[in-house]
Amino acid sequence: MNPPTPLFSYILRQADNVLILGQRLSEWCGHGPILEQDIALTNFALDLIGQARSLYQYAAEVEGKGRSEDDLAYLRDGFDFYNVLLVELPKGDFGHTMTRQFFFDAYNYYFYQQLQKSSDPTLAAIAEKSIKEVTYHLRYSSEWMIRLGDGTEESHRRMQTAVDALWAYTGELYTPDAIDQELLAAGIAVDLGRLQQHWQQRVREILTAATLDIPTETWMQKGGKQGRHTEHLGYVLAEMQYLQRTYPNSEW
Amino acid sequence: MEKNNWPLWEIFVRSRSGLHHKHVGSLHAADAAMAIENARDVYTRRNEGVSLWVVESQHITASNPSEGEALFDPANDKVYRHPTFYDLPDGIGHM
Repeated sequence: MNPPTPLFSYILRQADNVLILGQRLSEWCGHGPILEQDIALTNFALDLIGQARSLYQYAAEVEGKGRSEDDLAYLRDGFDFYNVLLVELPKGDFGHTMTRQFFFDAYNYYFYQQLQKSSDPTLAAIAEKSIKEVTYHLRYSSEWMIRLGDGTEESHRRMQTAVDALWAYTGELYTPDAIDQELLAAGIAVDLGRLQQHWQQRVREILTAATLDIPTETWMQKGGKQGRHTEHLGYVLAEMQYLQRTYPNSEW
Repeated sequence: MEKNNWPLWEIFVRSRSGLHHKHVGSLHAADAAMAIENARDVYTRRNEGVSLWVVESQHITASNPSEGEALFDPANDKVYRHPTFYDLPDGIGHM
């Protein structure tokens, strides 16, 4: 079998990012701290899964092997998923979920902002549609960072714990590999170096407003983009893929 | 603010430009910014609106139901206050 093309892998990375985070967020359905946040988080989950659908459809088309968006979402194993590790980690408490969301939203916002100018018209169109959703996600998670970070003693403590725990998973968001570089040269991919500057600036700004300490740790986790995952992804996939694996080809 | 009880907010949605904001319901939020976000997620997720107003419920002064007779009944027999008695020019569409 031929190895996947760089473009196919590149699309899958973002598709897997938003699908897995959407799946993680959906765990809050019926468990939100209050009704309003429950609805907000499931809205976000659906936004992200919607973005994943567009990307998988395009990935399937690019691959040209007759696979569908469902095949890509439900019939791949963990080592064929290319999402960053950050999105597969367990949801933790509400503060932990919000911190992860904020780190990812900041990435996602600047990612789509640049992708709108991609020389690939389909990716540019998906980015243009998605950035409206993500603009709101980022605003929402930023406000929660500030509200909880600069809130009570307990909320501050929980937010700082989450920031410290998740920090090592943020480097992967903006660290390019050979695929990123090849497609950047072709005008298709996002410039992660530029994204890194924007991301760090936004994160510094919000964490400062939230009275949270910015970790000084510089060692970063990596591997998700190459298919090397934490143990947590397997559990996410087991739940997400169960139905399609147990009852192949079943449809709504 | 009570620790475990966020205040209640009344939500008004304008469904499209040119129409007035209409009361759609209420929700809980810690502050006005959160009330706007919650309202967006709870009341406009099916394309219901283009603008939101939120106001904390405690700031609304309501008429007293026991004064209903005095306030509203006198209007009952004053049908002439309706414009149906007047001939409208054909050019006027919606009255």
